[in-house]
Amino acid sequence: MAINPDLQGRVYPAAEAYDVGREKIREFARAVKAQHPAHFDLDAARALGHADLVAPPSFAIIVAQRADARLIEDPESGIDFSRVVHAEQRFIHHRPIVAGDRLVAELHVDQVRAMGGGAMITTRAEISGEDGGKVATTTSSILVRGEGQ
Amino acid sequence: MSAVSVSRPRFETLEKGAEIGRREISVTRSDLVTYAGASGDFNPIHWNNDFAVSVELPGVIAHGMFTMGAAVQLVVDWAGDPAAVIDYQTRFTKPVPVADTTGTDAPGAVVEIVGTVGALDAEARTARIDLAVTCAGQRVLTKAQAVVKLP
Repeated sequence: MAINPDLQGRVYPAAEAYDVGREKIREFARAVKAQHPAHFDLDAARALGHADLVAPPSFAIIVAQRADARLIEDPESGIDFSRVVHAEQRFIHHRPIVAGDRLVAELHVDQVRAMGGGAMITTRAEISGEDGGKVATTTSSILVRGEGQ
Repeated sequence: MSAVSVSRPRFETLEKGAEIGRREISVTRSDLVTYAGASGDFNPIHWNNDFAVSVELPGVIAHGMFTMGAAVQLVVDWAGDPAAVIDYQTRFTKPVPVADTTGTDAPGAVVEIVGTVGALDAEARTARIDLAVTCAGQRVLTKAQAVVKLP
């Protein structure tokens, strides 16, 4: 199935909130082999002026990929997840993510480009807190490989 | 876990082109399963060899986001505060194939990371750290850049 070119410009509004928990920060930090104490120890995080445990720089991918899943699982998108390869990723942090945050993400499909039998799709997740303040902007480009790619 | 590094780099001491450090990261299939669980990315190309081969990959490959997330730890530890990394981006150029070494002490892959000061912005007091990230001599990430806000 071909990628639907009409996806470009589509916006998926913010859905259910993601609650950032201390144990999730610790688990994710271990999973990326992080050792900084501000991910694990409350006193260490507070000594740096943070309200709670600080998330690693790529933690927002959890929230971003949940938002991306809404596009990938959209039957109108034509995306076969097993043929998805991650091509580019960026995180811009407007403020640190800390335990206790409730985050929501609005997903923008910024670009859809046909490439061979597949497509390169660039999405942007605007992640904000419960108060509506901007927390992070993430952009992802995924390559959906066509047959033989 | 209580001693926080207080020796944070100062902007004035930095020079473009200077190396901030280097490290090697060993990766096993177990690490990929751990990352899948922690991140919620359960694409089977990262844990099932037959499946990976069936979609024309060389075998199980690491999540690009595992490599990206692990590579920046060099910068986090140098900066002294994870929140100092205000912008981080990369392109995923080559996959990192991870051999099945289950039951042995051998790594399934080794990723090498070297960080250098790529650019300095005196007004914003930020340093762009460029990461050279290789596996078996091949660059796996390109344009891997972390912007660090310094005191």
